[in-house]
Amino acid sequence: MFSPRSRLATGTVVALTATLGLSACGNKDGEGTAAESCVDTSGDSIKLGFLNSTSGAMAISEQTVRDSLSLAAEEINADGGILGKEIEFVTEDGASDPAIFAEKIDKLLTGDCVAAVFGGWTSASRKAMLPVVEANNGLLFYPVQYEGLEASENIYYTGATTNQQIIPAMDFLASEGVESLFLAGSDYVFPRTANKIIKQYAAELGIEIVGEEYVPLDDDDWTTQVAKIVEADPDFVFNTINGSSNVGFIKAYYEQGLTAETNPIISVSIAEEEAPAMGKDVTGQYAAWNYFQSVESPTNATFIAAFQDKYGAERPTSDPMEAAYTSLYLYKALVEKAESFEVDDINESADGVTFDAPEGTVTIDGDNHHIAKTALIGQINSDNQFDVVWSSESPIEPDPFLEGYDWWDPSAE
Amino acid sequence: MDSFTTPLLAGTATGALLLIAALGLALTFGQMGVINMAHGEFLMAGAYTAFLTQQVVTNADVSILVALPAAFVVAGLLGLLLEVTVIAWMYRRPLDTLLVTVGVGLFLQQLAKDVFGAQGDPVRTPSWLEGNLPVFGYHWPYRQMFTIVLAVVALAALAALLKYSSFGRQIRATVQNRDLAETVGVRTRAVDRITFFVGSGLAGIGGVAVSLISGTNPRLGTAYIISAFLVVVAGGLGQLKGTVIAAFAVGIATSFFADWTSASMAQVATFALVVVFLQLRPQGLFTVRSRGLA
Repeated sequence: MFSPRSRLATGTVVALTATLGLSACGNKDGEGTAAESCVDTSGDSIKLGFLNSTSGAMAISEQTVRDSLSLAAEEINADGGILGKEIEFVTEDGASDPAIFAEKIDKLLTGDCVAAVFGGWTSASRKAMLPVVEANNGLLFYPVQYEGLEASENIYYTGATTNQQIIPAMDFLASEGVESLFLAGSDYVFPRTANKIIKQYAAELGIEIVGEEYVPLDDDDWTTQVAKIVEADPDFVFNTINGSSNVGFIKAYYEQGLTAETNPIISVSIAEEEAPAMGKDVTGQYAAWNYFQSVESPTNATFIAAFQDKYGAERPTSDPMEAAYTSLYLYKALVEKAESFEVDDINESADGVTFDAPEGTVTIDGDNHHIAKTALIGQINSDNQFDVVWSSESPIEPDPFLEGYDWWDPSAE
Repeated sequence: MDSFTTPLLAGTATGALLLIAALGLALTFGQMGVINMAHGEFLMAGAYTAFLTQQVVTNADVSILVALPAAFVVAGLLGLLLEVTVIAWMYRRPLDTLLVTVGVGLFLQQLAKDVFGAQGDPVRTPSWLEGNLPVFGYHWPYRQMFTIVLAVVALAALAALLKYSSFGRQIRATVQNRDLAETVGVRTRAVDRITFFVGSGLAGIGGVAVSLISGTNPRLGTAYIISAFLVVVAGGLGQLKGTVIAAFAVGIATSFFADWTSASMAQVATFALVVVFLQLRPQGLFTVRSRGLA
């Protein structure tokens, strides 16, 4: 039975939301805008939101993403904008705090009425933004490799999911004849999930896991754990440590006599930005990504030249920066294919949208909103650049839930 | 033997580091009753001093020897500044100092982020600390031995200062009975300041030792401050020997727990152990029997 009071309440909420939406947008034509979208597409510009941490612990990484987003926006504008509209970007600081990310994306979507938001770095920040962007039927472009097991209608993931980084890294190790592997990670969601996948795939590949150690993110002393690596003497170490803890790990590793020749490390979070900060010569160690500055292609050469021209010749380019740069171009391609800025229209025609990115041609999967990417393994050279030593034969189709891998059992320990 | 020597030796080094951090606290908290939550940031200041010294003295073999006294002075002066501007106004109000110094700590962290960047900077290990000594299967890094030596030297110097110098006697007199000390002519305010300088300076030396583990980063001090307080409280106030025993006990226990379980669980287990210990012995290992201490 309908209670009149609840119907009244619903009506009030709808009216209120509509009013708020209208007043927040300042739609001068007075056209009735739907409550869920207040994006103004009537002018010659389109508003986009760049939400990155420019303060707090993540600022050093996320500022690089902001820089490459700004570069992409500038380039697109110089080339005529998106559907003839100039990009007008609104920037917000996520302050390295998931709660602030949630608050700011709400402000961008409902207050500034941006057509799409670009940013986020940690999985915690993405998880905090997800319900907000879904509730507002907005769009978020997330540019960082992550632990997978997620696919939102309202998020496009332009970094790697696990089957484009972790699993290819394991394939590389198998091709190198690795028989024993030691897992070292920071104690939070990404390393724990990644290692769960690694352990199951290792069993499939016949690689023995000879140890698994986690250290809290704020603890940099790896001495005791590295002693266990010395004892286990693995063929390779799989490193999912994040942040400054990597410095302590690498120092302890060399201190106790391990080397890239005897027990090499493969990392998934050491890139061109981080390698010089290790305080140790990390030459010879490996990393798994989908982009390296050293990738040789005309598109990448143009990207690096444009980036260094704008921000300085000493600035390296790295995987998340490239994924962010690519995300804005993919958005442009999505909108132009849909001939609309409406989220539903974009999603409908998303499948197969491609962009000739610095990492190579990438293609959107319309079902899971991830992109097909080529997996690369790089070896650090003495200039702190990565020499590509292995790559997947072709771009790998994204499979965030690992449905195509029959060894994967999400419920197993 | 590995599963015994590794945690024992690594834990001794961890304990040594805790001791250096806790010695300064034992002075300022144990002897002066000031809860200085910004003490961890003095470690950070020491680590950044080590980094900056390497920019000036580029030979890493020498720079660490320059960095030690420099870090002592830098962290000491920071402590002195904090004492004069903030803490002097709130002696005998421990809760207020706690709140204010938490704020000062956050301020110093943000300052370091703004000046040096959030990523942290590398500190090169001198070549004479590279390498390790195999002891029953554990490749004991020279760096860990150096930390232990540093802690022992700092402890000996501080103990000698307190016991034999006239300044040390003035500190002890002020701590035990401030009014009486004043009546016999001890300038207690000056003593307070110098005590704070020395206590903070010791944290600076600890910071140099930490920088050899992981380089610098603005949040470096936060990992040590809680453990250091734990050590001071468990050791008992006003006595250095309690601090020494507690520091090594906590360091070695954490290392053994980490060996048996994981690094995250080890912290929990050690904290639980100290909590149980304080239930049984709330005053800590040793206390000074004196009317001066409430």
